[in-house]
Amino acid sequence: MTWIWSNLDLLWDRTLDHLVLSVPPIILSFLFAVPLGWLANRYRAGRGVILTASGLLYAIPSLPLFFVIPAVFGTSLRSPLNLIIALTLYGVALMVRVVADGLASVDTDVRQSAVAVGYSGWSIFWQVELPLAGPVLLAGLRVVAVSTVSLATVGAVIGAQSLGSLFTDGFQRGIQAEIIAGIVLTVGLALLLDGVLVVLGRILLPWTRRAPTNRRTLRVARMAEAPA
Amino acid sequence: MNLFVDAFNWILDPANYAGPGGIPVRLVEHLVFTVVAVLLASLIAIPVGFLIGHTGRGRSLAVATSGGLRSIPTLGLLTLVALWVGIGLGAPYVALTVLAIPPILAGAYAGFEAIDRSTIDSARSVGMSESQIVRTVEIPLGLPLLIAGIRSATLQVVATATLAAYVADFGLGRFLFAGLKTRDYAEMLGGSLLVILLALALEGIFTVVQRLVVPKGVAFGRPPVDRARSARPGPGMDPAITKGNH
Repeated sequence: MTWIWSNLDLLWDRTLDHLVLSVPPIILSFLFAVPLGWLANRYRAGRGVILTASGLLYAIPSLPLFFVIPAVFGTSLRSPLNLIIALTLYGVALMVRVVADGLASVDTDVRQSAVAVGYSGWSIFWQVELPLAGPVLLAGLRVVAVSTVSLATVGAVIGAQSLGSLFTDGFQRGIQAEIIAGIVLTVGLALLLDGVLVVLGRILLPWTRRAPTNRRTLRVARMAEAPA
Repeated sequence: MNLFVDAFNWILDPANYAGPGGIPVRLVEHLVFTVVAVLLASLIAIPVGFLIGHTGRGRSLAVATSGGLRSIPTLGLLTLVALWVGIGLGAPYVALTVLAIPPILAGAYAGFEAIDRSTIDSARSVGMSESQIVRTVEIPLGLPLLIAGIRSATLQVVATATLAAYVADFGLGRFLFAGLKTRDYAEMLGGSLLVILLALALEGIFTVVQRLVVPKGVAFGRPPVDRARSARPGPGMDPAITKGNH
C-alpha cells in the first residue's frame, strides 16, 4: 500500500497514457466498421470477403501484430501510433460483424414501410436502420471498449508506455503492489469507458431505456408477441 | 517490403533450426503448452458448463465470474503469478488455464441453451432419463458452440503463450523478445510471422472441426426462423464465446 501512496503521480501518468492509447481505437473502429458492416450486409459477395477477413484479422495474436505493423505502415515500434493502429484493426475486426448483424436484424417490414412512405436509400440508413440497430451496435462497442483497454497493456512489453508498464516494471523490480495497482486501474478504466458508453446509449437511444433487459423478461416478451 | 524479405530469410535460415533454441523446438514447446493449458481448462469448464446448461442454475454467477475474469489484463495476471511462483512454466500454466476457462464455459452452457426447448421436452416425454438427455440430445446438439468456445480459448492461449515468453524461457515468443533485446528486426518479425501462421493454421483446423461436429440434419449457424428477426445477437455471436483477449 505504501508503494501506491508514494507513487500516485506515476499511476496517474500511466492512466493518461493508457487513455491516449485506448480511446482513439474505440472511436476509430466504430467509424471504420459502420461502412464496412453496411457493405457486408448489403452485398452478398462483400459479406463473405469482409467477414472472413475480419475473422482472420481477429485471430492474429496482438504481440506479433505490434511487430508487423511497423513493417507495413512504417511506424516506429514504440510509438503510440503503432499501438493505436493495431488496436483499431482489432476493434474493426470485432465491430464489422456486429454492424452487419445489427443491420440485418432490422425487420424487413420496417424497411419496406420506410421505402413505401418515400424514404431514400440514404435516409433509410441514417434514420431507420442505424437507429434500430443501435442497441446491437452499442453492445458490440462495449465489448470493443473493454477488450481494447485490456489489450493496450500488452504494448508495455515492447516499451510503449501504458498501465501495462506497471506490470513489466513491477515484475522486474518485484513490486507486487505495482502489478495489483495496474490490474485494478486497468479493470477500473475498462468499467469507466463501458459506463460512458452506456450513458451515451441512454442519451442517443432513449427508446431503449424501458426495454426489457434480462433474458427472462425478453423471453416472456417474445412469447407475448408470438401468435397464439 | 525489404523488412519482410529479411524476416523470411530469417525463417528459412537453416542456422535457426538447430539446437534447443531452434524454431522446431520452440514451435513444439508452444504447441504442447497450448494443448495442455486448453485441456486443463476444459477439464474444469466443460463439466461445470454442462451442469449450468442442463439445470439452468448458476448461469448469472458464471456470467459474472467469467466476465470479471475476462476484463483482467493477461499481462497483469501473468506477471503477478510469476512473482508468486517464480520464473518458469508454472506461472504461464496457471494464468493461461484461468484465462481459457471463460470462453469454454460459455460455449458449454450456451450450446445447451441454444437448443430448442421443445426438442428437450420431446426427449423427456419419450421417456429418456436426464443423463440420456444430456448424453444423446444436449451434448451432440450443443457441440458446435462448445467447439466455438474451445476455438476461442485456443487462439487466446496461443496468443498469450507468446506473451508468456516474457516471464519464462519457452515458445515462439522467445524470438520476439530476443530480437527486441538485440534490435534484430528480422528475428522479431520472423518470429511474429511464425506465431501468426500458427494461429491462422489452428483457426483453419477449428473451422473444419466446427463443421464436422454438426449432427446430421442440423443446419449450423442458422437460428430458427422466429428468432432470426429478434434484435438480439444470436447465440453464435455471443461475445462471451467469440471474444478473445489475445
